[in-house]
Amino acid sequence: MPQPVITASQLTKTYGDFTAVDAIDFEVAPGESFGLLGPTGAGKSTTMRMVGAVSTRTSGDLSILGLDPNAHGPDIRSQLGVVPQQDNLDQELRVRDNLLVYGRYFGLPRSVVAERADALLEFAQLADRRKSKVDDLSGGMKRRLTIARALINEPRILLLDEPTTGLDPQARHILWDRLFRLKEQGTTLVLTTHYMDEAEQLCDRLVVVDKGRIMAEGSPASLIREYSSKEVLEVRFGSDKNAEIAESIRDIGERHEVLPDRILIYTGNGEAELEQITQRGLQPITSLVRRSSLEDVFLRLTGRSLIE
Amino acid sequence: MTVQTIREDSARAIAGGVAPRRWGSWYIAEHRIRAMKGYAGDAIFQSFGNPLIYLFALGVGLASLVPQGVGGVTYLQFVAPALMATAAMTVAANETSYPVLMGFKWNPIFFGMNASPITGAQIVNGMMIQIALRAVVTVAIYFGVIVLFGGVPSATGWLAIGAATLTGMAIGVVISSYTSTITEDRGQMAMLQRFGITPLFLFSGTFFPLEQLPIYLQPIGWISPLWHGTELGRVATYGLEEPIWLTVTHVGYLTTLFLVGLWATRKHFTRRLNK
Ligand SMILES: Nc1ncnc2c1ncn2[C@@H]1O[C@H](COP(=O)(O)OP(=O)(O)OP(=O)(O)O)[C@@H](O)[C@H]1O
Ligand SMILES: [Mg+2]
Repeated sequence: MPQPVITASQLTKTYGDFTAVDAIDFEVAPGESFGLLGPTGAGKSTTMRMVGAVSTRTSGDLSILGLDPNAHGPDIRSQLGVVPQQDNLDQELRVRDNLLVYGRYFGLPRSVVAERADALLEFAQLADRRKSKVDDLSGGMKRRLTIARALINEPRILLLDEPTTGLDPQARHILWDRLFRLKEQGTTLVLTTHYMDEAEQLCDRLVVVDKGRIMAEGSPASLIREYSSKEVLEVRFGSDKNAEIAESIRDIGERHEVLPDRILIYTGNGEAELEQITQRGLQPITSLVRRSSLEDVFLRLTGRSLIE
Repeated sequence: MTVQTIREDSARAIAGGVAPRRWGSWYIAEHRIRAMKGYAGDAIFQSFGNPLIYLFALGVGLASLVPQGVGGVTYLQFVAPALMATAAMTVAANETSYPVLMGFKWNPIFFGMNASPITGAQIVNGMMIQIALRAVVTVAIYFGVIVLFGGVPSATGWLAIGAATLTGMAIGVVISSYTSTITEDRGQMAMLQRFGITPLFLFSGTFFPLEQLPIYLQPIGWISPLWHGTELGRVATYGLEEPIWLTVTHVGYLTTLFLVGLWATRKHFTRRLNK
C-alpha cells in the first residue's frame, strides 16, 4: 500500500461559531479517484479549499504530498491542479492566453507553456476556439478550459469542485469522458459532487458528507451494499394517500422511506413485493423497480435527498 | 505511472515552489500587461489625448487670464507638473478601483491566481508593477508633449516623471487598500471619485498655489499626496524655491504613504483570499 498523497485527520474549519467542516478524517492514495458526495452546504468546497492549500484550517491535521499547507502553501500548490466550483478564467484574455499566463505562474518557460497549451486545447476539444473570448464559450466549454488550465503544470493531484454542476447532459458526458482519461493516465482525482451518477461514474472511493461530517465511506458498490438493499420498489398512490398506505404495507420489504410524492421499499426482489401489494387490493398509480443507488444510501444515512 | 514515494513528492513540491516564490510578482505583472491589450485603445487615447486637451485648455486658454504667470514662471510651466501628477493619479485610481473589485467578485481571477503557487502579496505586487509601468509611460508621454509646448525650463525636468509616478502609486495603493475590502458594490467607486479624487484634484495647489486658499483649507493640501507630488515636480521642472526640508518631506511623505498602502493592500488581499 503506497503512502497516501492526502491525509486529513480531525480536519476542522469554523466561520465564527459556525462549523463548516467538523473533524473529518480521510486519506487519498496516489492514483486514486476520491469523491466527496454531499448536498448543498455540506462543506465540500470548504474542504477542497483547505486541501487546495488556500484556506487555513481551524484545527486538526492536514498533509498534502507529505507537507503541511500552513508552512508550504505555494510548494503544495505547485503540484495541484484546481477546478473551482465557480469558474475564474480571465475574461479579459482569449482562450489560449488564459493557459499561457496561467502556466507562467508555475515558473514554466514560455516555450513549454505554449507547447502544453496547444496539447491541452486539443485534449479539451477547444483547439478551434483558441482565439475566442472566454465570454463567448458555452458553460461546458468554460469548464473544459478550466480543466485544461488546471493541467498546465502536469499536476500530481487534480481537485475538481462540482465539475459538471449546471451543465446539460451532453456536456456532462463529454466532461466525464475527459476526466476518465485522466484517471486512466494515473492522475489522482479528488472531486466533489452532489450527483450520485457522477460519483458512481468517476469515484473509486468516496465519503458521504453532510453538515460538515463524514457519514460513510467506501466504494460506490460497497456503500450501496452496506446501506441499501439490492433493489428498490418505488410506488406512488398520490400525495394525499402515500403516508396512510405506507402504514398498511409496513411488513412488505426490508425497509421503507416515505417521501411526500412516493414510497420507497427496499428489498431483494422488487417485483415480488409489488405483487404482494396488488394482492392486497392496493393499486399504485405508478410503480417502478430499480437498482439501489447512492441516492438511497444518502437517504438512509441522513433521511434527506441529495438534491432537494 | 511511476511509483513515487511521498518523500519524492515533497521534494518535487518544494522544488516546484522555488521559481514562483522568487518571481511570482513578475508573472502577475506579465499577465496584467497582456490583459491590457483589451483596453489598449482607451489607454493610448488617455495617454495622448488628455495632455493635448488639458494643455490646450489650460496652457493656452486659461493662461491668457494670467499673463503675469505664477511665482515667476508662465502659467503653463506652473500647471504642467500638476497635470503630470494628476495623470498618474488617474491611471492608478482607474486600475485600483474596478479591477480590484472585479478580481474578487465578478471575474474572480485573484482566486484563480492564488490556486497556483502565487500568493496574495505577489498578486498585489504584480498589479502594482503593471500600474507603475502604465503610469510611467503615460506621464512620460505627457512630459514630452509639455516640453514641446515649452513647459519645462529646467534641465532636471525629467525628474518630474518620477515624482508624478510616485504620486500616482501612493494614491493607488491607498485606494486598493480600500477597494480590496469591498464585498458589495453600493456605488463606493462614485463616492471615491466625488469625495476623494475630485477634491484632491481641485485643492492640491494644482491650478493655483495652495497659499491662495484660506488658511483653514490649506491642510487639505498638506495631507494631499497630489500636492506633495506636484510641488516636487515643480522643484524639478522649474526650480520652485522651497526649503530643502520641505522637498525631503514631499519624498518622505509619498514614500511612506506608498509603503503603508502597499502593506495594507497585501494584508487585505491575503486575508480575503484565505476564505
Ligand atoms: N467564507 C465563509 N464565511 C462564512 N460561512 C461560510 C464561508 N464559506 C462557506 N461557509 C458556510 O459553510 C457551509 C459549507 O459551505 P461549502 O461551500 O463548503 O458547502 P458545499 O458543500 O460546497 O455546498 P455547495 O454544494 O452549495 O457548493 C455553508 O453553510 C456556507 O454557508
Ligand atoms: Mg461547494
